[in-house]
Amino acid sequence: MLEQAAVRAQPLPGGVVAPHEWILYLDKITVSFDGFRALDNLSLYIERGELRCVIGPNGAGKTTMMDVITGKTRPDDGQAFFAGSIDLLAHDEPEIARWIGRKFQKPTVFVNHSVLDNLELAGLRDKRVWPALVARTTAEDRDRIDATLRTIGLTEHAARPAGALSHGQKQWLEIGMLLMQNPQVLLVDEPVAGMTKQETEATAELLTRLAGEHSVVVVEHDMEFVRSIARRVTVLHEGRVLAEGTMDAVQNDARVVEVYLGE
Amino acid sequence: MLAKRWFLDHERGGKVLLAVLAVLAVAVPVANLGFPEDSPLHVSTFTVQLLGKYLCYALLALSLDLVWGYAGILSLGHGAFFALGGYAMGMHLMRQIGARGVYGHPELPDFMVFLNWDALPWYWHGFDELWFAMLMVVLVPGLLAFVFGWLAFRSRVTGVYLSIITQALTYALMLAFFRNEMGFGGNNGLTDFKEILGYSLQSDTTRVVLFLCSAAALAAGYLVCRFVVTSKLGRVVTAIRDAESRVRFTGFRAESYKLWVFTLSAVLAGIAGALYVPQVGIINPTEFQPLNSIELVVWVALGGRGTLYGAALGAVIVNYAKSTLTAQLPEAWLFVLGALFVLVTIALPKGAVGLFAHVRRARHA
Amino acid sequence: MIKLAAVVALIVGSLAACLPAGATEEELARGIAELAAAESYADKAAAAAVIGASRHPRAEAVLTALLEGELYTTRADARLVTAADVEGGYAIRDAVTDEALGTVGRRAVSRVSVNNQLRGTLRSVIAGLRLTHEDPAERRAAIAKVGESSDLAMVATLEQLLATEEHGGVRDAIEMAVATLNLDSPDNALRLAAIETVGSNSSAHVRAKLTALAGNAALDETTRAAAARSLDRIEQRVALYELVQTAFFGLSLGSILVLAAIGLSVTFGIMGVINMAHGELMMLGAYTTYVVQTLMPNAIGASLFVAMPLAFLVAALVGIAIERGIVRTLYARPLETLLATFGVSLVLQQTVRSIFSPLNRTVVTPDWLSGSIEIVPGLAITLNRLYILAFSLLVFAALLVVLRYTRFGLEMRAVTQNRAMARAMGVRTDRVDALTFGLGAGIAGLAGVALSQLTNVGPNLGQAYIVDSFMVVVFGGVGSLWGTLTSGLTLGVVSKLIEPAAGAVMAKIFVLLFLIVFIQKRPRGLFPQKGRAAEA
Repeated sequence: MLEQAAVRAQPLPGGVVAPHEWILYLDKITVSFDGFRALDNLSLYIERGELRCVIGPNGAGKTTMMDVITGKTRPDDGQAFFAGSIDLLAHDEPEIARWIGRKFQKPTVFVNHSVLDNLELAGLRDKRVWPALVARTTAEDRDRIDATLRTIGLTEHAARPAGALSHGQKQWLEIGMLLMQNPQVLLVDEPVAGMTKQETEATAELLTRLAGEHSVVVVEHDMEFVRSIARRVTVLHEGRVLAEGTMDAVQNDARVVEVYLGE
Repeated sequence: MLAKRWFLDHERGGKVLLAVLAVLAVAVPVANLGFPEDSPLHVSTFTVQLLGKYLCYALLALSLDLVWGYAGILSLGHGAFFALGGYAMGMHLMRQIGARGVYGHPELPDFMVFLNWDALPWYWHGFDELWFAMLMVVLVPGLLAFVFGWLAFRSRVTGVYLSIITQALTYALMLAFFRNEMGFGGNNGLTDFKEILGYSLQSDTTRVVLFLCSAAALAAGYLVCRFVVTSKLGRVVTAIRDAESRVRFTGFRAESYKLWVFTLSAVLAGIAGALYVPQVGIINPTEFQPLNSIELVVWVALGGRGTLYGAALGAVIVNYAKSTLTAQLPEAWLFVLGALFVLVTIALPKGAVGLFAHVRRARHA
Repeated sequence: MIKLAAVVALIVGSLAACLPAGATEEELARGIAELAAAESYADKAAAAAVIGASRHPRAEAVLTALLEGELYTTRADARLVTAADVEGGYAIRDAVTDEALGTVGRRAVSRVSVNNQLRGTLRSVIAGLRLTHEDPAERRAAIAKVGESSDLAMVATLEQLLATEEHGGVRDAIEMAVATLNLDSPDNALRLAAIETVGSNSSAHVRAKLTALAGNAALDETTRAAAARSLDRIEQRVALYELVQTAFFGLSLGSILVLAAIGLSVTFGIMGVINMAHGELMMLGAYTTYVVQTLMPNAIGASLFVAMPLAFLVAALVGIAIERGIVRTLYARPLETLLATFGVSLVLQQTVRSIFSPLNRTVVTPDWLSGSIEIVPGLAITLNRLYILAFSLLVFAALLVVLRYTRFGLEMRAVTQNRAMARAMGVRTDRVDALTFGLGAGIAGLAGVALSQLTNVGPNLGQAYIVDSFMVVVFGGVGSLWGTLTSGLTLGVVSKLIEPAAGAVMAKIFVLLFLIVFIQKRPRGLFPQKGRAAEA
């Protein structure tokens, strides 16, 4: 199933070896909720700079997988490493947020704050308590925020409360927050749900642009969108990787067809 | 767009509050000390004391608004911090009584003599100095809040669970302070104070000075809170109130932020308590009772939470109503209070401040 | 106390003589006549001895009356009477038959006087009567007293009694009393044997004697060692009983907590609603009991059975009113619900204060609920606590049955787990909400009935239990009935176990602090609701 990539292994404390080029390394992750196996020996390897799409039917474990990566859920078994040497299971959400950013399935922005504040908060360089008390917005910060506003197309809406935005605009704001956070890995959960055709295209273009400098993992149901951006696709089913490869390879895989009933 | 904003910009309510305090700071002393008692412009010392009390309550309400209105932490035990600050001040004032107590013991307060104790307990040492007492006023509530908050927020206890355990905390403290063996005066508490810094507590001048201190503390407290909530820290804290999980995923250690704000709030409450005690002349364990802490919530809710000045307003309104009602129709007070709770939560979620804003909007429409 | 021995010997001798029944009447009459005519204290003493020797059932009453200065003679016909003070005179009753003889003026009777010596004699005679009383329980009590009199001369008397005693329990009592007396015996062998026997007697008197013996340097090693061993046995047994007693108290307290908390668990767990007026619902139940008792003062025994369904109903109705009026309006805003229901609690408290007065009201414990049963000597448990424990378990079981086997229970569970789905399947969620709240409230009312039997009923009753109820629910796991049962009983037992060491207040404080820390380790309690729906 998995092609053997050229590997430059780095020894880790405890003797575990995770290839350095793999920015995200999930190995045999198992998560059970009260008897129900949400993730079942899931193994996923994302290369640095890659743009990976993860697809699968509902309940396949996509959101749970993201929960594990970002530190929200502790797996019962398995390992998860970032950049070869950082054990994700040993850190919690704020720590992991420095390296891995997440956009949620349901857009979660700070509804009572202005669009501007949302971006500014996400982009705060030093997120500790005391610096936040005394921090002043520099010109540099302002420029960064303006640039992001342009990228996500919300320049006119900067002063409006985020709760007043449309669904699609909220999605964009959340992506904008992710950009401000500037993590090395972006986990994007259903970015185009509820978007118009133009918005979807713009999103595809943005994500493709981001790959390379960042590593991007996109979870989506919209197959058109996936086809337009995907280089490598992973199909999840019942908590396991069912198939992996290019979009064509995956769509012609007998097992995938069976699961999706001829999609 | 992001021009540096002075933190009082666009905050009319706050400016009004500070202006009112400034006026009171001048008018009240003049009216009390400057005019003879039969003059119509005279303000009685009783009123001065009452106003001072209200100002302390306003500061307490402010502290609760900080954690509730801005950080979303509904503390049902904030009265505990108020009481602890009050006890710290009370202990100093007890020591100042010296040999003028009923039993005439130069070192031991009356209640200790009554209990046949022969020496001052170790935790009373140092309270004969005002600076030490003031340090304790800040440290004791602050430390308690810090430890409690550290345990609670780190374990991600939120919502109603948190509220319940804050209530349990103040209840436990009340039970503890009721015991004579604790050495804080038992159910009688600390009272019969004579003087502070050499000035008699009964004299008009002292009362006016205490009033001025209360006004100053309220103003300073307001400015501090305002600074905090308009800073980036304040933005993060309100974001935590609205979407704590999201804040974590954005890279902020939410529990540290909550802890910081909670501790600051406790310190403010302690200071309010410390200014309250010399003005009312007594501190006893009923100050810890859960009802007090919950009543405090109504002050903030009625005034309008999340606005700071609304909390101060609410505190004054409710306590004024209480003073009036308990004097004239004592039976009615609890009915009114209970009805207030129901009314404010169902019909006035934004409190009086919200009501004013609504009326103003309607008039401009 | 030679007199006692002599008198008892007389009485016992009369036992042995087996006086025919009719003779006792005559003897009593003779004694009464002598007493009525007696002039000197010596005569009175002799007359008392005769009365005692008659072994008439009324003898003890007459002699006790005389001892307490309540015996009078009528001036008119030198009749012995007891007199009770009434307005304008005395209401007199015949001393022997206790027949009411009407009221007479104060001058019509004169008290039969007693002095200290006579009192001593009277006490001896009465003790002797008790030793040979018809009721075995009375005999045992009297014998035990003799055992503790440290009067070695009584040993012989007791052994005489043993010869004629048939009742097994009383025989044991006599043997124990003899042994206790023999602790002072100069005969070493007798003393050693006595030391062994008294090992099963936990009284303070015996313990004091054994301690003295163990520490008496003048005695030999064997005796002292034996005394020490016996003392040990006793102290261990006493400690064990105390532990059992404490555990029982703990269970009793725990059962109250369970009753109080289970209604809360239902509303909190199933509806996610914090009802700060829960304590007042309990208070209403207690007051209902009070009202019922006031309305049926002559049927206190039945009053509880009337109060229980009534309290359930009253509390349930108030609960439904709260649900309809407030909880429904503030749906999905738990903190606001908390505050609003707190307002309701204040209103309820003040209403009750205004109607009934702020003072505590006494609720009478019916006869069938009072008293205690002795499991073994030295270990007694009070009946009311036992019944309340049983009651709590019964209510718990009933609730389980309702939840598991009734349609309503099924609907309740469905609504808890997935409201939208339940509604989609035709469950009338608003009706279920109201009834659930009513159920929880009704159980609080029942808790109030139980509480009324243990403590004072006042407007503040609810406040005392609200914090505890929350702690129990939170500790046990919200929404879990078994969790509430476990945590309630555990907290009760733990509180009571800490109490002897730290006092009731400190025990409470420790429990509260423990819970504050516990909740941070396990925020969802002992038996959390599971599944992703619950995590949401």
